[in-house]
Amino acid sequence: MRYAHFGVAAALATLPALTPSSAHAHGFAGERFFPATLLTDDPFVADEMSAPTVTLDPKASDGSQTFDLDFDVSKRLTPDVGIQIGQGWQHLKTPGMPGVTGLTGLSTELDWQFFTNGPHEATAMVGLNSSWAHTGRVQALGADDFTTLSPLLDFGKGFGDLPDSMPWLRPIAVTGNLSLDFPTKTESAGNPNPNNFNYGFAFEYSLEYLEHHVKDVGISAPFDHMVPLVEVAFSTALNRGMSGQTVGTIQPGIIWSGQYMQIGAEAIIPVNRQTGHGLGALVQLHFYLDDIFPNSFGKPVAEWFK
Amino acid sequence: MIRFTLALMFLAIAAPPASAHAFLDRAVPAVGSVVSTPPSELQLFFTQDLEPAFSGVTIATGDGQPIATGAPSIDPQNRAEMVLKLPALAPGHYKVSWHAVSVDTHRTEGTFSFDIQP
Repeated sequence: MRYAHFGVAAALATLPALTPSSAHAHGFAGERFFPATLLTDDPFVADEMSAPTVTLDPKASDGSQTFDLDFDVSKRLTPDVGIQIGQGWQHLKTPGMPGVTGLTGLSTELDWQFFTNGPHEATAMVGLNSSWAHTGRVQALGADDFTTLSPLLDFGKGFGDLPDSMPWLRPIAVTGNLSLDFPTKTESAGNPNPNNFNYGFAFEYSLEYLEHHVKDVGISAPFDHMVPLVEVAFSTALNRGMSGQTVGTIQPGIIWSGQYMQIGAEAIIPVNRQTGHGLGALVQLHFYLDDIFPNSFGKPVAEWFK
Repeated sequence: MIRFTLALMFLAIAAPPASAHAFLDRAVPAVGSVVSTPPSELQLFFTQDLEPAFSGVTIATGDGQPIATGAPSIDPQNRAEMVLKLPALAPGHYKVSWHAVSVDTHRTEGTFSFDIQP
C-alpha cells in the first residue's frame, strides 16, 4: 500500500482499535437506549456479539482494497465491568498481484462503566484496549508485529432532557471515544510506530425515541426502531516524524434495533488521500446476548452463581 | 462461524416472545398528542410481557404536581398492556412516567406528555 511509504499505515492499522469498531456495547441511560454503533463504541459494558461485521474498505492510493469479516464478543464480568475480544479475517487485493488472505490482529479490551445519569441520559466509561502482536498475518497483510496499549474514555449524552419546546431535538444523542496509543515498538520494518491520538463521535437521531417518548408521528414498525446516524473517527500521529498526520473516515448510515438483534449499514467515506479514495461500505449483524440468554450466559459472570 | 451466526439468528427469532427489554409500543392517549376529551384511563402497550409487581406508571401536571390515582393494572390475559384509571382531568399539559420490568427482569423506563384542550 502506498500510504505505507508515508508511514501512515501503522496509524491506519490502529484506527479500528482506537475508534473501537470492535466494541459494540449497547445500553440504557435513563430512558435513552443507545444502539451499538458500527465504527465507534458506545459507552456501555454489555453482553453482545457482532457476528459478523462485513467491511469493504475504500481503495488505498495504490489501488489495493481490503475485504474484512470481523467477529467480536462483549461480556460483562459485573454489572459495571466488562471485557471485549475481537478478531477478523481479511482479504487483500492489490492490482497485478494475487490476493492475500489471513487473520487480522487480536484485540481485547477491559472496561469500567463508572458513570450513568438517567435523568440526563449521560454515561461514561474508561478502559484499556490492547491489540496484540503477531496475532495476525504480519508480513502478508501488515498485521502488527507489536502490541499496542490504548487507554480510552468513552462517553454518551442523549438530549431527551431538553425542554418540551424543542421536541424535534430531543431524539438526538451523541457518543464519543477518546484514546491514546502506546505501541510497544517504536518502529517496524523501518516504518515508525508513533503514538496516536484517536477520537471518534456518533451523531444519532432515534426514531424510537421520537415515536415513543416525544411524539407519536405515526411511524410504524419496523421503521420506528431505526436510528439514522453519522459516525466519524480519526487518528492523528503525535511523534516519530509523523506528527499531525491524520487518517479517518466519515460514515453515514442507519441501524435497526430489534428485541434480540440489530442490523446496521454504513457508507465509508475517507477523509483524505492518506486514508483512501472512493467509497467503502460496512454491514453488521449484532446480537444482544443478554436478551437471547437472559438467565444464563447473558448475565454478568458475577451473577452466574447466585 | 457461519453456522454459529445462523444458530444465533435462529435463537434470536425463536426466542420466547416474553423475554427481552420491554419498550413502549404505543399509548392511548398517544405520545405527544393533543386530545379534546379528557381520557378516563391511560393505556400503555409494551413490546414484552411485564412483571406487575415491578412495573408502574404515574401521571403529573405540566408543572410536576402528581395526580392521585389508583394502582395501575396489568391484564392477566395480555401482560403487555398496562392500564391506569384516571380521575377527571382539567384541560392542560400532563406528563406520564412509566417503568417496566419484563418477565426476564430487564428494566426500562420512559416518559411522555399529552395535552387536553380547553
